[in-house]
Amino acid sequence: MNKTDAHITIKDLTMAYGSFVVMRDLNFTIGQGDVFIIMGGSGCGKSTLMRHMIGLQAPARGQVLYGDLSFWEAEPAEQDRIMKRVGVLYQSGALWSSMTLAENVALPLEQYTDLSPSQIREVVSLKLSLVGLAGFEDFYPSEISGGMRKRAGLARAMALDPDTLFFDEPSAGLDPVSARRLDDLILELRDSLGATVVVVTHELASIFAVGNNSVFLDPETKTMIAGGHPKKLLEECEDPRVHSFLTRGEETTGGALE
Amino acid sequence: MNSSMEASSAAGELSISRPSDNTLLLRLAGSWKMGQALPSANEVEKQIESGPGIERIAFDTKELSVWDTGLLTFVIKVRNLCSQGEIQLDSQGLPEGARQLLALASAVPEKKGARGETVRESFLSQVGEDAIAFARSSREMLDFIGEASIAFFRFLTGRAQFRRSDLILIIQESGAQALPIVSLISLLVGLILAFIGAVQLMLFGAQIYVADLVGIAMVRVMGAIMTGIIMTGRTGASFAAQLGTMQVNEEIDALKTLGVSPMEFLVLPRMLALVLMMPLLCLYANLMGILGGFIVGVGMLDLGLMEYYNQTKAGVGLDDLAIGLFHGLVFGVLVALAGCLRGLQCGRSASAVGDATTSAVVTGIVSIIVATAIITVLCNVLGI
Repeated sequence: MNKTDAHITIKDLTMAYGSFVVMRDLNFTIGQGDVFIIMGGSGCGKSTLMRHMIGLQAPARGQVLYGDLSFWEAEPAEQDRIMKRVGVLYQSGALWSSMTLAENVALPLEQYTDLSPSQIREVVSLKLSLVGLAGFEDFYPSEISGGMRKRAGLARAMALDPDTLFFDEPSAGLDPVSARRLDDLILELRDSLGATVVVVTHELASIFAVGNNSVFLDPETKTMIAGGHPKKLLEECEDPRVHSFLTRGEETTGGALE
Repeated sequence: MNSSMEASSAAGELSISRPSDNTLLLRLAGSWKMGQALPSANEVEKQIESGPGIERIAFDTKELSVWDTGLLTFVIKVRNLCSQGEIQLDSQGLPEGARQLLALASAVPEKKGARGETVRESFLSQVGEDAIAFARSSREMLDFIGEASIAFFRFLTGRAQFRRSDLILIIQESGAQALPIVSLISLLVGLILAFIGAVQLMLFGAQIYVADLVGIAMVRVMGAIMTGIIMTGRTGASFAAQLGTMQVNEEIDALKTLGVSPMEFLVLPRMLALVLMMPLLCLYANLMGILGGFIVGVGMLDLGLMEYYNQTKAGVGLDDLAIGLFHGLVFGVLVALAGCLRGLQCGRSASAVGDATTSAVVTGIVSIIVATAIITVLCNVLGI
């Protein structure tokens, strides 16, 4: 696996709800094995961008390329094949509330593999223990805490050993220690599974801890205004808006806050 | 503490003076707290309007004892007056805390266009918008029916993906657990029909035909309609609320990204359950309705037990039963579709779930009545 291969490419992407444009002219590339951060202030369209990348919302214009394949122009069967290689951790976990944790993790396996029920049970136990939830197989999502729900959601997202993992605000609603543990888990998964990770977040601690590439969305100009390694951005980026964001507004040079 | 207690009894006072020609001095005294009768800024406005040449407004708060938001809203009103009349506001005389809060309130300028501006649209454009919205919702409904049909076809060919345990659970919830309310309602409807019929038929000494009246009415259409309406309110609403909440929790997104069709995984088992259960519930409702008529006939009209039974048997034909069960089958599809459609269309908030539930029940009942009308006309034309 060549680490510099483009894994996901966003080309001239414009996102809109009806006639309301959220972001326009986005262009960036996510390399194989990257931990890619989508950052920006609240409400700037980070999650919307993720929804475009995981096939939930069609772009108003532009392309989302997985490898050389344009997702939104592909046949439905082809789209299914791409999405099968993608795992998503939603903001609240989004576990199916009528199923136990084991059933939640098992569903993708039943869906896409020919494993026998006993093999599936083994895989489910393994995935749950990877996220520190061994023994919680028969709990329902409503019976566990928010942080545990998030970790169970992660277990489900990695059920099929995906190439690409998407995280929507992974540390939102977690205490600092759990958030840190989740960050470590993200890095470990990247290293051990060789997965590409895309993280939507505005948590500075996570951004610097895990990210090695990023894009910064600015709601004022409705487009991306910076990109690259977050630490380099902090050192080198001249743009006051990016700098203010990455330093929690402490070193604001005039004009950062309009 | 003591002084503030005393002070709070002295209501807020405002006296206005003009120490120099171009200055207005507002002397605030007593307690300026919300919920008390406070002097209004109109006084100040009058002063500004009466005497031209005021360039500065200052405050004197030496006798002000306690204050809260009541003072701030007053000062903000004065400040707005000042900015209208290009008057300088000298806030030096205000308490330190109030000055800071005012500075904070004006730190971020009001965002233009953030307040929802109510643009009055002309009548014609409103009608146009509504027509477009109606066309869009009709198309969504047709899309949904099409997708549901495809899912059903895939089920027939054994390729649909859903959990058998879900189906069984829904069958139990929408079937067996609905028996009590279906019993009660259809028994009472049978009783009511019999009562109304008996009053008229007794005039001709034809009480015995109560058996025919109740039997045919219940079996042919009333049993199915009552069951349909009960199921709309009971099960259709619950489908909409379930799917709507799943939409809010991103559970449906999670299904989609896994490549699992919500249509097959969620809608299909609900539709199958209702299609299976509705005819059975209808049959049961028919029996309970006839039982209701029987109670009136035997208990009030002195008809014989076997007499009533034989009359019902002679009056109600097999085709009546078939039509009744067909109604039930159609209603089952309609209720399930209405509930699931509104649930999947649900927005991403709690109030949207409420709207989805309401809309599911309204859609369900309307479609039941329209379907009944169509089937009745068709039966009439075909002479069944």
